[in-house]
Amino acid sequence: MSLLHTIYQFAVGPFQEFAFMRRALVATLALALSSAPLGVMLTLRRMSLFGEALSHAVLPGVAAGFIFFGLSLPALSIGGFLAGVIVVAVAGLISRHTELKEDASLAAVYVVALALGVILISGHGTQLDLLHILFGNVLGVDTEGLLLVAGVSSLSVLLMAGLYRGLLLESFDPTYLAASGARGTLYQQLFLMLVVMNLVASFQTLGTLMAVGLMMLPAVSARLWHDTLPAQLVNSAVQAGLAGYSGLMFSYYASVPSGPVIIVCAGGLYFLSLIFAPRGWLPRILRRPHLRA
Amino acid sequence: MKLLRQLCLFAAVLLSQASHAADARLPVVASFSILGDIVANIGGDRVTVATLVGPDQDAHVFQPAPDHIKAVAHAKLVVVNGLGFEGWMERVVQAAAYRGQIVVASNGIAVRDRVNDGDEHAHEGHGKNDPHAWQNPANIVVYTRNIVAALSKLDPAGAALYQRNGDTYIAKLNELDRWAIQQFSQFPDAKRQVITSHDAFEYFGAHYKIKFLSAQGVSTDSEPSAKEVAGLIRQIRKDKIHAVFMENMSSPKLLQQISQEAGVTLGGKLYADALSPPDGQAPTYLRLMRYNIEQILAQLKLN
Repeated sequence: MSLLHTIYQFAVGPFQEFAFMRRALVATLALALSSAPLGVMLTLRRMSLFGEALSHAVLPGVAAGFIFFGLSLPALSIGGFLAGVIVVAVAGLISRHTELKEDASLAAVYVVALALGVILISGHGTQLDLLHILFGNVLGVDTEGLLLVAGVSSLSVLLMAGLYRGLLLESFDPTYLAASGARGTLYQQLFLMLVVMNLVASFQTLGTLMAVGLMMLPAVSARLWHDTLPAQLVNSAVQAGLAGYSGLMFSYYASVPSGPVIIVCAGGLYFLSLIFAPRGWLPRILRRPHLRA
Repeated sequence: MKLLRQLCLFAAVLLSQASHAADARLPVVASFSILGDIVANIGGDRVTVATLVGPDQDAHVFQPAPDHIKAVAHAKLVVVNGLGFEGWMERVVQAAAYRGQIVVASNGIAVRDRVNDGDEHAHEGHGKNDPHAWQNPANIVVYTRNIVAALSKLDPAGAALYQRNGDTYIAKLNELDRWAIQQFSQFPDAKRQVITSHDAFEYFGAHYKIKFLSAQGVSTDSEPSAKEVAGLIRQIRKDKIHAVFMENMSSPKLLQQISQEAGVTLGGKLYADALSPPDGQAPTYLRLMRYNIEQILAQLKLN
C-alpha cells in the first residue's frame, strides 16, 4: 500500500501539485499526437530536414507580428504561419518549374527568409535576444498557448484522417496522382500547410528545439518498428508522448532544462529502437545465422 | 575579410577627420545606456556621448554594427563598466583600431561574486564577478570619480567643470541613497523578499538588505528546469512573497505563469541593465533607480 503510494507520489505528484507541470504535459501530449505522425509522413517523402529549415523560415513573419502587434500570441502565430506557407509555396513553385529538387529550392528560400527576419528585427532597433523571447518555453505555457496547441492538434488529426488516402498515394507515387489530375499538388500543399501549422503552434508554446525534435525523432524511430504505415503513425505518437512525460519527470527531479531533456528522452528511445526494434541492429544479427541455415 | 576591414577603417578615418573639424567637443563612447547617462552628466557641454548598447537593449547579446565601430574610431575616450559586462568590447576596439584610453568605471568598487554562474556566460569568457554594480548608487559615486579623473586628464581646460558636475551628481546620488535607505527601513528584514526574472540585483539587494530570488540564472537566456520553477513556487507560497517583478528585457511568460500559480499579482517592470527610451519611465540613471525603488516599495507593502 505504502509502496503504491510512493509510486503514485513519484509519478503523479508533481502534476497534482503544480499547474505549470500539468499544462506542460498536456501541451506536450497534444503536440505528440499530431506532430509525430506528420513527421512520419515527412520521412516517407525524404523531407526529414524540413522542420529544421522551417524553424528558421518563419522568422520574418514572427518578427513582423512582433513589430506591429507586440508580444501577442495570435499575431506571432499568424505571422509565422503566413511566412512558413509562403516559403513552402515559393519553394514548391520553383521545384515544379525548374530543374531544382524540392529540398534544394527550400534550402535556398529558407535562408533568404531567415536573413529577412534578422534584418527586420535589427531594423526595429532592438538588440534583445528575440529568438529566445519570440519562441516559447514548455514551462511557460499559458491557457492561450494551450488552446492553440490543442486546437491545431485536433484539426491536424482530423485533416490527416480525411486526407490519408490521397496523401499516401501522393507519397508513394506522385506521378500517378499528378497524371490523374491537379489533385496531387493540392494534397502536397495541404499536407505541408498542416506541417507548418503544427510547427508554428509548437514554436510559439514550446520553443523551436522541442517542436522539431518531437516531430522528427519519434517519427524516425517508429519506422524501425513496423512495416505498415498506420502502425508507424501510432507508434510515433506513443513514443513522443512517452518522451514528453519522462522528460518532464527528469526536469522535475534532476533539475535539468525541460525542453532539451524531453528531446534527449526522445533520442534515448530512438537509440533503443536502433538496437532492439525489428528493423534495428540486434534482430538483424540474430536473423543472419538462421538465414544461412 | 582583411581587405574589407581595412576599407572600413579607411572610411572611418576619413569620416572622423571630417567631423573633427565641425565639432570641437570631446567625443566619448560609453558602452551602455546607463554609463552614457552618467558620462553626459559629468561632461556637460564639453563632451558628446555616443552609447553602444542603447536604451531597452540587452548588452548580453549585443552585436556591433558599423556605426558603433565608427563611433569608437572617432572617440577620444572609451568608458566601459568592466567586470566582464562587455565581453564584446575587445573586438570592437580592435576593429576600430582605437588607440586611446579605456576607462573601467567600476575600478575600485567592492566587487561581488555572481550567485549562480550561467553556463552561457562561462564559455563567453565572463569571469565569476557580478557586473551589475550600478544597481547600488554608492558604487556610482566611485564610477563618477573615475570618469571625472579620466576626462580631466584628457581635457585639462575643462577639469574644473568636470569636478563641479561630478560633485553635483554625487550629491544627487547620496540624496537618492539616503531616501532609499529611509524608505526601506520601514520593513522588517523578513519581509524584504523580491522575485525577479534575472539576477541583476545582487548589489542592490546587498546594499539595501533585500533578498532577491530569481526565476532564471544570471543571463537572460538560460533555461530553467521544472525543479527550479517548482522550488520557486513553493517558496513564494511558504514565505508569502508578493513582490514579483519582470525586468525590462525578458520574456514575461514564465514569470506570469509562476505568479499566477502561486497566487500573487505581478508587479511592474524593473529596469536592470538598460535605461528606457527618453519617453519611458527610466530615461536617466537617477530616474531608473527611483522608479525601481518605488516599484519595489509598492510591492513590499503587500508582503
